[in-house]
Amino acid sequence: MTQDQSARIPVMQAVGLKKHYGHVVALDDADFELAQGEILAVVGDNGAGKSTLIKALTGAVIPDEGDVYLDGRKVHFKSPLNARLAGIETVYQELAVATQLNIAQNLYLGREVRKSGIAGTVFRQLDKKLMRNQAAEHMRNLGIRIQSINQKVETLSGGQRQAVAVARAAAWGRKVVVLDEPTAALGVRETGQVLDLIRRVKDQGLSVILISHSMPDVFAIADRIHIHRLGHRAAVVSPKSTSRSDVVAVMTGALEPEAVQSALIAPPRAA
Amino acid sequence: MNSPSALSSGRSIAKKVIGTPSVGPLLVLLAFGVIFSLTNPRFLATQNLSIILQQTVIIGTLAIGQTLIILTAGIDLAVGAICVLGTILAGKLANSGYDPVLAMALAVLACTAAGVAAGGLIAGLRLPPFIVTLGILGIITAALRLISAGGAFSVTDAFLGWTGNTIRLNGFILTYGVIIMLLLYGLIWFLLNQTQWGRHVYAVGNNPEAARLVGIPVGRLLLSVYVLAAFIYGIAAWLALGRIPNADPNALQTANLDSITAVVIGGTSLFGGRGGLLGTLIGALIVGVLRNGLTLAGIDPLWQDLITGILVIVAVALDQLTRGKR
Repeated sequence: MTQDQSARIPVMQAVGLKKHYGHVVALDDADFELAQGEILAVVGDNGAGKSTLIKALTGAVIPDEGDVYLDGRKVHFKSPLNARLAGIETVYQELAVATQLNIAQNLYLGREVRKSGIAGTVFRQLDKKLMRNQAAEHMRNLGIRIQSINQKVETLSGGQRQAVAVARAAAWGRKVVVLDEPTAALGVRETGQVLDLIRRVKDQGLSVILISHSMPDVFAIADRIHIHRLGHRAAVVSPKSTSRSDVVAVMTGALEPEAVQSALIAPPRAA
Repeated sequence: MNSPSALSSGRSIAKKVIGTPSVGPLLVLLAFGVIFSLTNPRFLATQNLSIILQQTVIIGTLAIGQTLIILTAGIDLAVGAICVLGTILAGKLANSGYDPVLAMALAVLACTAAGVAAGGLIAGLRLPPFIVTLGILGIITAALRLISAGGAFSVTDAFLGWTGNTIRLNGFILTYGVIIMLLLYGLIWFLLNQTQWGRHVYAVGNNPEAARLVGIPVGRLLLSVYVLAAFIYGIAAWLALGRIPNADPNALQTANLDSITAVVIGGTSLFGGRGGLLGTLIGALIVGVLRNGLTLAGIDPLWQDLITGILVIVAVALDQLTRGKR
């Protein structure tokens, strides 16, 4: 396979996802496509089904119908653990860090490394030094400035905590990092720092799905924007060729997706 | 050139010492020591210090299990009842002709089974630890009174009393029980601080949702904590028989208060995820010193309970306040 061809296979793709909760239709024939190495923003009004879509992609929800593909191969995630093992890491909106543990401990939480030899195999002793050193190097590579890798996360600011959560995902995600409203609770300066960090995660070769309500954030860093409406993908647009107001208009239904001339992916069927 | 860095490193050492969670409890322990030695010169005699250590054995050992459970943001109100279950079963079995080693092993097994029940209900059905262990306390207490027809009986078997044997060390009289307790502290400290299991205990107590999201099997971990704690209560039953050759269904009435006090005074947060075993050992010694010192001063045991009760409330209030600041 040439590089040209492999670049054209989306790292992640979903076709015709459906999910019902009783009478409520959360996913209604939803398609999804994430290109290799891009930052794809997923936007949509409250209740549009964004979070169900993301959950269906990351194994937290099993869709009633439809298929999910990773690197062109069909996958059936039964739990978030399956998705993680496949190289997809998710940073959830509720800050998923243990505040009483330090930064290194958080980066390695659930993936602790044991010492080699008898200390590790028989006594199951952790290799704290190795984890500290590698965690510090990882934070440096991502340009996250902290005083000490041994700082408890409770001593960090909201932005720094979010940075730790993102760094954790970037450390273990081999293919895709999913960020759910990573800047929702942050101030202007910290938001900027987290956006920079997301760019560096992309620079490391990872593909990023960014769920966000913040149009400034989305237009600042997204390569493409997936607009979700009424349980399915209304359109995919480029932030370079489509205006903010058009994106919001499609999101809220004020503008039919067909009317957006600059759309990269038009809706597959007539409305 | 050197002095600023020397100064700052001196400062950072000072900061580290103050920031170390066990320093506060240690200062409290020393303060009580000073007060009691001033009011009664006999307090500091090596003989009395040996007695304090021996008196701390049961609560000190029970507090190990209590620490594990409180670190997961749980609480164990059946701690004393499970230990008494161990002493009664071991005593009954040995007195009715069972091999004493087998009797003790079965008793420890029964205690562990109580932990399986508690942990299973808490982890499996997600019932609150407070209610589950309160229920188990009621069940075991009633069952023990039925089994033993309400009365205490003596247990004179040599093996069951083995932990009461002593060795002399520079005038100190250490029982085997004291040594077993200290070994248990060392072992569980290692598990908590040097293994993945220990790290996950802290994580689950701190933020169970985050722990679940990173793939920690939260239910299984909680179950393991309650089972290990109850196993330790079973060992504590053996240590209790070594201290007093008597099995009494009404014993250890203050074990809940004392063990929780030891854990909380030792700096472990009732909110979970914060604290450690070193603090608990100091906390258990504080409880021991307090009860011993007040006894030496001729103060009624009821006042000791009252003061211990105040102490635990003050410690929890401090925990709440420092938590609010963060």
